[in-house]
Amino acid sequence: MVAVSQKQFMMSMDRPSRRSNQSGFDKIFRLASLGSALLVLIVLAGIIGSMIHGGLPALIEFGPSFITSSVWDVQRDQYGALVAIIGTLTTAVIALVIGVPISIGIAIFLTQLCPAWLRRPVSTTIELLAAVPSIIYGMWGLFVFAPLFAKFVQIPVSKIVEGLPVFGTILYSRVPSGVGVLTAGIILAIMIIPFIASVTRDILDQIPTILRESAYGIGCTTWEVVRHVLVPQAGVSIIGAVMLGLGRALGETMAVTFVIGNANRLSASLFDPGSTIASRIANEFNEAIGLQLNALMALGCILFLVTFAVLVLARLLVARVKTR
Amino acid sequence: MNAASQSVQTTPAPWGRVRRGRYVADRVLRIICTLFTALGAFVLGWILLMLLYEGITALSPSIFVATTPGPGTKGGGIANALVGSLILTFLGIAVATPIGVMAGTYLAEYGKGSKLAEVIRFINDILLAAPSILIGLFVYTLMVRPMGGYSGWAGGVALAIIAVPVIVRTTEDMLRLVPGSLREAGAALGAPMSTVIRAITWRAARAGMVTGVLLATARIAGETAPLLFTALNNNFWFKPNLMGGVANLPVMIYQFALSPYENWRQLAWAGALVITLSILALSVVARLFLKKDKAR
Repeated sequence: MVAVSQKQFMMSMDRPSRRSNQSGFDKIFRLASLGSALLVLIVLAGIIGSMIHGGLPALIEFGPSFITSSVWDVQRDQYGALVAIIGTLTTAVIALVIGVPISIGIAIFLTQLCPAWLRRPVSTTIELLAAVPSIIYGMWGLFVFAPLFAKFVQIPVSKIVEGLPVFGTILYSRVPSGVGVLTAGIILAIMIIPFIASVTRDILDQIPTILRESAYGIGCTTWEVVRHVLVPQAGVSIIGAVMLGLGRALGETMAVTFVIGNANRLSASLFDPGSTIASRIANEFNEAIGLQLNALMALGCILFLVTFAVLVLARLLVARVKTR
Repeated sequence: MNAASQSVQTTPAPWGRVRRGRYVADRVLRIICTLFTALGAFVLGWILLMLLYEGITALSPSIFVATTPGPGTKGGGIANALVGSLILTFLGIAVATPIGVMAGTYLAEYGKGSKLAEVIRFINDILLAAPSILIGLFVYTLMVRPMGGYSGWAGGVALAIIAVPVIVRTTEDMLRLVPGSLREAGAALGAPMSTVIRAITWRAARAGMVTGVLLATARIAGETAPLLFTALNNNFWFKPNLMGGVANLPVMIYQFALSPYENWRQLAWAGALVITLSILALSVVARLFLKKDKAR
């Protein structure tokens, strides 16, 4: 495996001039690798810079009301981000509520319950779910899931809750088309499950086997091992994994654009169409000019800040298990 | 560790038969976890079957020759989008591979323990999960606006920005697996660090690094959001200078799937099938590659 041949070695002994040559290359190589690494920082700075540069005119024009206003009127050139921000948060929360228990269940199955021969295929299947492009989830959501969702969930549920005080508002669908905030949240949940599940699986794998075995040794059931050994050991890191999923859910674009309905309307019902920051940018950016372009950039800026904060938190939490 | 063992000890030690409540809790956990896993596998199967069902009816040899049709035009194919996607993906990987490999090398070899490397590693992990649509906006500001129009170059750069963090991460992880004694052996022979890295460390970690590049290819091949504002899409073959937009599969699927024309939708399904199968195949090949190397 060691590839410095005897001949090369002798040559470097014979000719000191070659040595100085090589030290020149050595320096260039080192600088090139340092430069590439710095490029990572530059790209991040560039993303922040371009968002602020593009979004600033809109933020100056509308001030704080950009965030609190729900008006998005291209004709009158009035823009407010509230609907998109609420849509982004709502879909992400729905995704977490549905996705997190399922992901943790999958991780527990893979690390504790799964027979050895099944482990690899199941792991691969879950990871392949992460490799499927988001646009495919969008098509599946719009053409397969949404019609079924409208028929078997929206229409029956709307009938049941109609007239009820709280549920009659949040789960009532005036036009049961299948698309809407809840549908987007469900598709997002499916998309973040593989990420949370595989990170959680890795975290659970890192817990020393001896802890688990000693718990089983004193007669604990699997549930008790999970509850009293694994969760206290990995708890914080699992929250980190969840945040990682949240970061994905906040910024996911294509799948959401397909199924959320893209309406700028503040609606109390989860069955109604809405929009997220990412879906609005995807929808309008190519036709946008002037202030609308700036407003979209400002939306991007908000999205960036939120996901950045979430991802930083996620990394710090996930990293904790490694340093311990 | 202490907290865990204490909490285990504080649970009342049950003697004799397992209490019913414990038994039920355990069974419920097992059943729920198994069901959730089955659900995950079921969804993947469902999506693949849907693609196969809708895609195969739309697939025919002619769509690999004809270009995408205009509005209201009958027939047509996906040839230009397919070739355009190959070009953009290749461009992205060609830009990203040297940068990603060198940056990963810096993190694993030169920057070991340095504060700067730690910051870069952290930022790289953030970029790995950053919303891809923002990268599209960034490249729009960086290239599309100054160059005066959409171009394949901008699309390639946007994809490269998505691919770099993937390659950096895998390269670093793989280089870290190379035992230090190999490096020391090379250094003891008087080889300068660059030679040690190129001739010893890279060679030992080659399979893992190739896997990283394959995974990055799989990741960017299906990316739609960053191409929306950079390479855009059109119904023609790409221009030799790649200016003025390049047809590509993801954006074509997005536009055609939401269109009212039946033949456009058919083509979107065909494109979706082609792209998903290639990406899944790439991911599986990458995994096998790594597994084979580990077995060696």
